[in-house]
This record gives sequence, C-alpha cells and structure tokens, in this order.
Amino acid sequence: MTKRVGLEGSFAVSEAVRMADVDVLSAYPITPQTHIVERLSEMVADGDLDAEFICVESEHSAMSACVGASAAGARVFTCTAGQGLELMHEVLYIPSSMRLPVVAVVANRALSSPLSVWGDHSDAMAVRDIGWVQIFAENVQQAYDLTLCAYRIAEDKDVLFPAMVHLDGFHLSHVIEPVILPDQRQVDDFIPEFEYPFALNPDKPVSMGCYGPPYIYTEAKKSQNVAFESSRKIVSKAWGEFEGIFERSYLPVESYRTEDADVILLVMGSFAETAMLAIDRMRKEGKKVGLARLRLWRPFPFDEIRKAVKGAKLLVVLDRCISFGYGGPVCSELRSAFYREKNRPDIVSFIGGLGGRDITIDQYEYMIKRGKEISENGSEEEFEMIGVRQ
Amino acid sequence: MTRRFVTGDENFSPGHRACIGCGEALAMRQVVKALGDNIILVNATGCSEIIASALPTTSWKIPWIHTLFENTASIASGIESALKVVERKGKRKKAKVIAFAGDGGTSDIGLQALSGALERGHDLLYVCFDNEAYMNTGIQRSSSTPYGAWTTTAPSGKMSIGQKTWKKNMPAIAIAHDIPYMATACPSYPFDLMDKVKKAVSVDGPSYLHIYVVCPTGWRCKTNLTIRLGKLAVETGIFPLYEVEEGKYKMSVDPPELTPIKDYFKIQGRFKHLSDEVIEEIQKKVTGDYQRLKEKMEGL
Repeated sequence: MTKRVGLEGSFAVSEAVRMADVDVLSAYPITPQTHIVERLSEMVADGDLDAEFICVESEHSAMSACVGASAAGARVFTCTAGQGLELMHEVLYIPSSMRLPVVAVVANRALSSPLSVWGDHSDAMAVRDIGWVQIFAENVQQAYDLTLCAYRIAEDKDVLFPAMVHLDGFHLSHVIEPVILPDQRQVDDFIPEFEYPFALNPDKPVSMGCYGPPYIYTEAKKSQNVAFESSRKIVSKAWGEFEGIFERSYLPVESYRTEDADVILLVMGSFAETAMLAIDRMRKEGKKVGLARLRLWRPFPFDEIRKAVKGAKLLVVLDRCISFGYGGPVCSELRSAFYREKNRPDIVSFIGGLGGRDITIDQYEYMIKRGKEISENGSEEEFEMIGVRQ
Repeated sequence: MTRRFVTGDENFSPGHRACIGCGEALAMRQVVKALGDNIILVNATGCSEIIASALPTTSWKIPWIHTLFENTASIASGIESALKVVERKGKRKKAKVIAFAGDGGTSDIGLQALSGALERGHDLLYVCFDNEAYMNTGIQRSSSTPYGAWTTTAPSGKMSIGQKTWKKNMPAIAIAHDIPYMATACPSYPFDLMDKVKKAVSVDGPSYLHIYVVCPTGWRCKTNLTIRLGKLAVETGIFPLYEVEEGKYKMSVDPPELTPIKDYFKIQGRFKHLSDEVIEEIQKKVTGDYQRLKEKMEGL
C-alpha cells in the first residue's frame, strides 16, 4: 500500500534499492554518502533485503565488484561521492563500454584541495564524457523515484548502459522530507525481474573485454555512441511509464513558469527549489522570468532544451563547478547546443554554490538582473562568480 | 612406474599469440586443464590477456572477462557474490571463480584489491603468474623482479647492478591473510601444478597460487630452456615449491642438496653482468631464505 513518510534523502535512496530487490551491493564509505551504505547494511543484516553486501576496501573496488556482479547477471548498486567517484573514474568506462546496467547514486561533493565534504557538481561534471546516463534529483521524493527509474532505464534491452543518479550532498542526502512510498507490486510492475542477455555463464560461454586493435576500436566506439544516443528516447519512455504507475512525471528538461518568459534561469539539482521562490517573487513584480531544470544531463537533451527556452531572449545558467581556465561546463555545453539555432537566446554564465555554499533567493534574483545587464552591455569576464568574498 | 593422464580438452585454445617458449601460456594451459568447465575466468591486463583475446577472436572456451589491470580480485569478488545470490534465489547454479594476473598486477598495482578479496573471504582462486617483470610493456621492473636482474627500468650500468631490491615475498603476503590454501607451483612440474589447482578450487574460501613462469623474451634466454630454467629455479631454492593448507606448511619438492644459483644465472642474459661477489651475496640470501622456509615445514 502506498504510504507517506518522513525520510532522509539517503534513506529514501536505500528504500528504492530495497524495493528494487538488488542482488549485490558494493560500496565504500565516504561523506556525505555514508547514510546510504549504513542503511543498506542494516537492511541486509535484518533480512529485509536479500543481497550480498561487499564491503570493499576502496571505491575503485566498489565499482569493479559491481561490474563483475553485473557481468554475472546480478542487479547491482553502489553509491559514492566526490573523491570516491574520482577514484572510480577509471572503472566507470567499463560498464558503459561493456553495456552493463550498473546503477550508482552519487551524493555530490566538492573535490580536494582544500578538502571539502560539502556539495557541488565538480564530481558529476568530471564523469560526463564516459557514457553513463546521468540524472539530477532536486528533492527527496525525486531521489527515491529517480533511483527506481535508473534501474528501469539501465536494464531496458534497448539501453543496457549504466545509470547514475545525482543528489546534492547534505542538501539532499541529509535532509528529511515527506516521501510517498509506493506499493511493492507497483515497483515490481515498473522494474520486473531482470535477466542480462550476455551474462558470464559456463552453460553459454562468452569472452568479455577483449582488446581492440586499431582496425576495430573506432567501430566499437561508434556503435557505443549510436546505442547511447538512442537510449535518450527510452529515458523519456521510462518516465512516461513511471507516470502511468506512480502519477508523478519527469522530463529531460523541466520548465517552471517559462511561458512568455523573456529571461530563463537554468539550474540543476536541489538548488531549483530555492530558484523557484525567486521566480515566484519576480513574477509577482510582473517580471517575465522562468526557470528551466536540467533533469537529464547525459545523454544530453538537445531537442528538449531548445524547446524549453524557445522564445526567451536570455538564458542565465548557474554552474556548481568550474572548468579551470574555461568557465562553467553546463553553460559551455548550452552555448554549443544553441550555436547553430537561428533564433537563439543570449547565454550568460554564473558559477556558485561551490563546496556547500548556499545561494539565497536574493542571489538568484541578482543573477537574473545582472544577467540582463551583461547581455545588454557586455562583460569582460566569461562568467561571474556568485557570493564570492573579494 | 605410475602413469598419469591429463585431459585432452583445451579450454584455452591454441592459436594465441604468446612468444615462443612462453612459460606463462604453458602454465595457463595446465591450470585450465585442471579446472574443468564449470568456471568463470577473470583476467587482469597483461600478456595473458592480450595474447588470447584480440577482437574479434578469442582463445577462451569458458566464460572469460577482462576489464582493467589492478582490479582483477575485485571483479572476481563481484562475480562470486553475484553467483552466491543467484544460486540462493534459485536462478542459476554456482561456478568457481578464477582470477589470473601477472606479478605486476598482483604484487604491485593489484595488491590492494587482492588483499581486500582475500580478507573478505570470497570463494575464489587467485592465480599469479610470476615472470618477474612487466613483460607485456617491455620488461620493466616490478616488486617481484629478483635482486640484481637487468630490466629496462632497472638497467645495469656503471652505477647500477640492475634491480636494487629483493623480490617481494607474495606467497607470504597471501598466507598472512590466513586463507585456507596457498601454494607455489611451476609448469616444469605439471602434475604438482595441476594437483595444487584441484586442491585450491576444492577449498571453501579464497585460495592463492603463485606460479613461476619463465619468460625467454624478458629473461634473455634461449626459448628451449623454459622447462629447464623452471626446474633450476626450484633445484637452486630460488623458487621453492611448497603449499600451506590451513596454516600447515608442506614442501612439494625438496632437493637433497641445492644446486648453486650460478648454474641458473649463467644461462640468462638478465644476470650476465653480475660479478662473482654479487652472485655470492645472492647465494647467501637464497640459502638463508630456503632454510627459514624449511623450518616452517611440518614434521621437520
């Protein structure tokens, strides 16, 4: 039976993993992901989840164990954050090129140095080119929902790519919010028992991970990209199915009060909720402003983002990451996505919320106003940093 | 005279690209013969992987996976755990998980992952094929390279005798994890090797085999000396064959008198620069280590 409960973000993710009846869990503790592994360990210890928990000696091994278990046909889960995702980095390429539906949740965290356990998107951006489906959650309900969706998407026979759900460290991982938990039967309908078609099995031997000399490597990468691109439509299809069963909907790009908007602000993750308050305030003052949230980061939703900002004169983008010597990675990708459009909006870049720094409603309002100024008068800087003390 | 038969089945098919006289390919063939069909093999990056899996071909008739260099034990841990669950949930029967890696993939870059897998007690067999250097990348030194040996990153020269450090004792590190079974082996002793493989997979929990494999390409020796050199490594006490079962040590081959190491060194180019004094120093170390190992044996 459906029930409404108060859950911490980490516990909501754990609940989704339990209800997905995952076979193998493998993780290494790192703040702010720890509550997820602790909760899952309890579930296994109490017999609430029939899974093997491999308590590994590093994140590199956590991802490797997931790769091995997935290749053997198990449904797997891992979770990490910041440095942990960086230590996994090398291994992340394996499930995406071997087409293994590994699911990972990342409680996004800044990268050292200086050491910071607090949230930003530097870790997520560092893994954007690897071929993982990357989805950003903005509240605890979404952390639950999108973790379930990650299995539905990754295990689709027309996808078979790994999927990563991002929830902002502390801002989502450690916050308690009301969550609607569905009935187990609904979850079973949405993600039925999975059978990996090429599992390692002595009855049907396969060689996985052969080496690719120059005469075949390019073709292997081309086919990987073709398959990854075509999984974009399955993401939308899965979210459509999700809405049919659970009555909550998700889109690759979600718009908030963007109809007739001249200026659209674009954010990712948990900051969207505060940004919405800024939009409400400005709308009350009669300003034609709206908000776009990039839910799906990879595969990149070109068509949806172009549609979402159609008619706007200005797109103001907030990045929670710096590409040193360049600027905001999300903004640079958006500029590139709009470059060949005839009626493209001007695009202005802001960077903020690094290492757990909050962004206030006033600051969102400032970004929209300052963005207009920059758009009209130009600026010597490629981007502006928000909330930085001079 | 006892006759012993070995299966004619080859799950590691011929036609692969190993060098002439490759001790590793020989050892792999013997290991796989002893393992039978109900296995899943995890291979680290290295010679053993690249000689037998160039797309779109494969030498492997059993399920085989390669991913990276340093994570072989972790991949194997994941597979073993997966099989445990799927068997428990009544979906599939279990198979034995086997990991293959070289000395670099084991004693250097893969040591952490291996230690984790042994400590966690996964039911798997890890096999290290030790040819005493990174041969796949071109004979670079590893922590398993013996003292005094020439390699491309520990070359001998006016200021250097070659490898400046003593070989890391990987079998002792494996034993320190208190695993149920550990053995050393060499394909120059095929029956001993295959018996140990069978014993290793029969235990419940992690087992470790450290197999000495001659590499004519890297050792700068004639390609018809592979078997002879393997025997000499054992007869000189440089690579003693022994096993440790539930903490009990047993010598597998115990020559009444150790052959001088000079006989082993003189037919390999990698030691040709060594002076008599250095060889004498190494001889003392080898004799001492061998004595200390023998003291651990049961019933001595």
